[in-house]
Amino acid sequence: MNQNKLARIRRKIFGKQFGDGLIGRTALYLILAIVGFVYLFPLIKMFTFSIMDLGDLVDPIVEWIPTHVYIENYRTGLIVLQYGKTLLFSLAVTLVPAILQTVTTSLTGYALAKFSVKGKRIVFALILLTYLLPQQVYMIPKYVLFNELGILESAWSIILPSGFGQGLSSAIFILIFYQFFRMQPTSLDESAEIDGANQYQIFFKIGMPLAAPAYITAFLFSFVWYWNETYISSLFLGTDLYTLQLKLLNFQSQFNIAQGLTQTMTNEAIRYAATILIILPVLIIYLVMQKWFVEGVDRTGVTGE
Amino acid sequence: MMTKKTRKPMGRNKRQNWVGWSFLSLWVIGFAVFTLYPILMSLYYSFSTVVLDGSGIQVTLVGLANYRAAFSTTAGFAFLSSVSDFAIEILFKVPIITVFAIIIAVLLNQKMKLRGIFRGIYFLPVIIASGPVINQLVNQGAATIPIVEEMGILDFINATFTPALARPIANVFQELIIILWFSGVQILLFIAALQKIDRSIYEAAMIDGAGPWESFWKITMPSLRSMIIVSVVFTIINLATFSENAAIAHIKRNMWISDTGFGFSSAIAWLYFIALAVILVIVVGIFRAFGRDKAVRR
Repeated sequence: MNQNKLARIRRKIFGKQFGDGLIGRTALYLILAIVGFVYLFPLIKMFTFSIMDLGDLVDPIVEWIPTHVYIENYRTGLIVLQYGKTLLFSLAVTLVPAILQTVTTSLTGYALAKFSVKGKRIVFALILLTYLLPQQVYMIPKYVLFNELGILESAWSIILPSGFGQGLSSAIFILIFYQFFRMQPTSLDESAEIDGANQYQIFFKIGMPLAAPAYITAFLFSFVWYWNETYISSLFLGTDLYTLQLKLLNFQSQFNIAQGLTQTMTNEAIRYAATILIILPVLIIYLVMQKWFVEGVDRTGVTGE
Repeated sequence: MMTKKTRKPMGRNKRQNWVGWSFLSLWVIGFAVFTLYPILMSLYYSFSTVVLDGSGIQVTLVGLANYRAAFSTTAGFAFLSSVSDFAIEILFKVPIITVFAIIIAVLLNQKMKLRGIFRGIYFLPVIIASGPVINQLVNQGAATIPIVEEMGILDFINATFTPALARPIANVFQELIIILWFSGVQILLFIAALQKIDRSIYEAAMIDGAGPWESFWKITMPSLRSMIIVSVVFTIINLATFSENAAIAHIKRNMWISDTGFGFSSAIAWLYFIALAVILVIVVGIFRAFGRDKAVRR
């Protein structure tokens, strides 16, 4: 009797399984919170430093918490980045390719999932090849090709490949759509076919709407990856067109060019403020659409069966 | 007696084939123009000297000269050492990322409150980790946990290992947080895999007297095996194509050197791909070997 009671208490504290009992619970939350803090440490540091003025930066007493909030760094950042203008251009080479890439890769994934296409294996092999082969390997001829097509140093050099399913990580998106469309029941398609719909109507009326989660996830990832991309854009956009990321990449020289600044030198506070200004758009999207990012990986069946 | 056959409508399979290809057509055109053609040209360039002048580009075949240069000139040596650095980097980073992702995934897979928030935190870096942003964080020293420097870990590393090894190891410590930042997608992959494990297996094991530790090694890990391979391959490719990667910077820088230029740059790009392919084959091979081992024992 007494032993029973003891066992029950013990079970309550230690639990039947890992992370079940009181100790396990506490440990679980504690570990996740501490590791989470370390994980976010660069972001926290970046934020606190971005609101420090020069005095706080050099003051050895001020380590973490600024003596007052100093927003001048952000003003400088806005000027150096030419925020409004650059943001618009960044969106143009992010939003448009993301939408086009999502549509084209969904068509490709649909074809592979629903139709008995001859040569399917070869197409799959080639898609995998585009994933494994680093872009850098064929960047140079692409540069020459774009030069001949006359789309070098324009947004088209980013947009055009994405419209033909050769954008950033297109292979991954094709596989996502392939998995998703394969899980859709064929009975709907068949009944629509009997009712006289052709395959294109079936795709637009049934396939596409039912795959909305896959579309949202693919679009969001596509958007974020294009936003963060600098290798292709620095090569193809030339020296006159800048995305926000490229401005950050050359922050020092951009700072020297910028007019109407009160300071003459960059410091880490200004650079942090500029960095925050650049991650802000994707950060907002992430906070609003978080569940689509996080659950998308599961929901779209990327993980395979 | 045979009447002339009226043309039958296309068979279902044939029709399917054509409709399928029409859906594929955009990709096929794109692949041919923006991928296949550049790949073939890149191979061609790698065996040539490419000169850019006012009238366009002049390409002259020179055989293996560019590849030979990669193993005999200073520019080549600089590239090769960046590749071997990368290989060593992978040796450290991939296990760290994989183990970290598995641990966090297992923790996040527990039934708990705030799970959504924690998941959100661990995935956040995937959203913001671009080359320039990470560059800023590393340059300003925001990528290190302050303790690492305070405890003199770096001095210890420099004193104990040969310089060739000490550099990458010190790098790992200096960029520890950023390395962990590369595990967001992997964490989600592992969570997805964990959720597919039937809970009743754990219950059965518990009744048979298995503790959480045993359950983890005997049930959880074997079920994660295939996902570990996927995650490792993803991690390697992710690291290999990251824009701040030194080897990739070499390829890009060499494009604009006038006397060697596109030809040499293409050649080292292909060498880089070969190195990457070798690494991937070795890694997947190791996992395969382990798998077979298990199967034999069973």
